Amino acid sequence: MKIYVPRDAAARALGADQVAEAVLVEASRRGMTIELVRNGSRGMVFLEPLVEVETAQGRTSFGPMTPADVPALFDAPDTHPKAQGPVQLIPWFARQTRLTFARVGLIDPLSLGDYKANGGLAGLRRALEMSSDERMDEVKVSGLRGRGGAGFPTGIKWDTVRLAQADQKYIVCNADEGDSGTFADRMLMEGDPFTLIEGMAIAGLTTGATRGYVYIRSEYPDAIHQMTEAIRIARLNGLLGPSLLGTGPAFDMEVRVGAGAYVCGEETSLLNSLEGKRGTVRAKPPLPALQGLFGKPTVVNNVISLATVPWIFANGAQLYRDFGLGRSRGTIPLQIAGNVRFGGLFETDFGMSLGEIVNEVGGGTASGRPVKAVQVGGPLGAYFPASKFATPFGYEEFDGQGGLIGHAGIVIFDDSVDMLAQARFAMEFCAVESCGKCTPCRIGAVRGVETIDRIAQGDAAAMPLLVDLCDTMRDGSLCALGGFTPYPVMSALTHFPDDFARMKEAAE
Amino acid sequence: MLDTADFSSRLSEIIAAHQLQEGPLLPILHDVQAEWGHIPEPAIPAIAQALNLGRAEVHGVVTFYHDFRATPAGTTVIKVCAAEACQAQGGRDLVQATLRAFGLRDYGTTLDGKVTVEPIYCLGLCACGPAALVGDRLIGRATAQSLKDAAQ
Ligand SMILES: Cc1cc2nc3c(=O)[nH]c(=O)nc-3n(C[C@H](O)[C@H](O)[C@H](O)COP(=O)(O)O)c2cc1C
Ligand code: SF4
Ligand code: FES
Ligand code: FES
Repeated sequence: MKIYVPRDAAARALGADQVAEAVLVEASRRGMTIELVRNGSRGMVFLEPLVEVETAQGRTSFGPMTPADVPALFDAPDTHPKAQGPVQLIPWFARQTRLTFARVGLIDPLSLGDYKANGGLAGLRRALEMSSDERMDEVKVSGLRGRGGAGFPTGIKWDTVRLAQADQKYIVCNADEGDSGTFADRMLMEGDPFTLIEGMAIAGLTTGATRGYVYIRSEYPDAIHQMTEAIRIARLNGLLGPSLLGTGPAFDMEVRVGAGAYVCGEETSLLNSLEGKRGTVRAKPPLPALQGLFGKPTVVNNVISLATVPWIFANGAQLYRDFGLGRSRGTIPLQIAGNVRFGGLFETDFGMSLGEIVNEVGGGTASGRPVKAVQVGGPLGAYFPASKFATPFGYEEFDGQGGLIGHAGIVIFDDSVDMLAQARFAMEFCAVESCGKCTPCRIGAVRGVETIDRIAQGDAAAMPLLVDLCDTMRDGSLCALGGFTPYPVMSALTHFPDDFARMKEAAE
Repeated sequence: MLDTADFSSRLSEIIAAHQLQEGPLLPILHDVQAEWGHIPEPAIPAIAQALNLGRAEVHGVVTFYHDFRATPAGTTVIKVCAAEACQAQGGRDLVQATLRAFGLRDYGTTLDGKVTVEPIYCLGLCACGPAALVGDRLIGRATAQSLKDAAQ
């Protein structure tokens, strides 16, 4: 009997370690030998810890489990009160299109054998048989765009690095994942780290880069552990090293740990941080693709962008491209969070409407109160009111509605939220995290907090000042921290004016 | 508290372990903080010298990053998520209740030095918030009581 208890950070935060312990104790009490696998999460955080039991009859799930629920797993699994049936039949799971996350939760994350048995390395093997131009075309044809936020075509970025002449090129994976409401990078690295390694290896092969770094935020100790172990195992097995899989060129990589600065998710700030400097943002040009890490041509890509590449190479670019909507091709791992009944990671084709995501997949709020606002795309993303729920999930579609999809974090708020407080928080966050390089962001955000405080005290004259300040930040900031903070602020002000007027009336 | 001979030899070991890496400064600072719980002032000139950097430059890096501390924290550090997805799940109240539970008015360390309460901006537990980190233990759907229990 094989028992799976996730070691994903969210599962652990909900007691998975205690459940795993109880499973071992119960098995030994009964003198049974079981195999305990600490898998990744299947993404259904509302069911975590989600335990799976595999017997000759197949694999079936139980959740959310507590240590007290464990003995019944052994006694009467069929009538267990927490029985959820086979995971692939749970409706929340069944309606997804899991390409990038296909193996997450399914396999033992650190078993290269499991990885290969479930399609792992097929992408790299095919890439190794292709010519340089064919590899490049594969990425371009797939239509893959950066999942870190900006949505830049991955193929074009790679081609710039490929065509650059240099004695050293780098692949840098951006695993800083600082956006509130996001955890796709974390779940991928914890649940299927070899996919990221394979994606980075293909990136190295395609662009001529031989060294890679994964820059992981310090807030993710579990992801750091899993990635470090996976890299060690990959090297031991000749996947990484002087020759990729023993036939290709050299490629090796290592993990680097961030130090609690949100702005280090911005690619040039990240490069400075990797070089051991303050994480200030660099002016562009030069592009990192031409002068990146230590001045060398560098691919900087998000975890999900890179981890999707193996699927594309294994299954074909055209197949990937067939999923999606408009210029948003393929799938997107939505992260449904905040005050929501069924929260978690939901991978689906682009194109689902925001309302469907919030109400049908998410099941509305956990509190049972009406949804008031949904922030999409992290702390620099706009707050959407219910009147915009028809917006389909896609880069251009959200841009057209005055928002952005960012890293696809979706944070749901019920009607108890005070949108003035949320706008103030956006400015405060920008002030705390500003790298200090440009005035509109560094000073503007501090002024923004003060101005919102004046509005809160009933000073209506401060309203136009806030609008001006947002214009200045939007137009005059070097990077999107200062430049996009106006999104949450202005969307709050525009769509929820009552929250900004209420205090004024109270003061009069 | 810092025995000078021990300090210098341990610091040299840490530096030597990373010196040949590309961009060794952050890995060194992380190890220094793991060893002593903060970045002791005397470490800065030593690191600067070993990496051929100016003291001001190393100091500038230390102060840029929120993770690096100039002084040691309390015995147990509680980091409560203060970001949006946790706010949506009662995070603002959790921060206040946690501070109250330890007799703190604001983020900081209790007088007896036992507990430090700090904000953190997202732990990637946004679908099971409000979230917190107590020592190295992650806690989802946290309450002031569950954080207090974990800090025992
Ligand atoms: C303030 C700020 C924070 C960012 N944080 C991240 C992050 O945590 N992860 C990420 O992949 N991209 C982040 N980005 C976007 C990166 O600058 C960059 O566009 C991205 O890593 C490129 O990879 P992609 O093309 O695969 O998306 C951030 C940008 C800004 C301005
Ligand atoms: S906008 Fe802010 S974070 Fe970005 S470069 Fe300017 S000061 Fe730095
Ligand atoms: S200085 Fe205040 S926004 Fe420019
Ligand atoms: S916002 Fe609190 S864990 Fe992500």
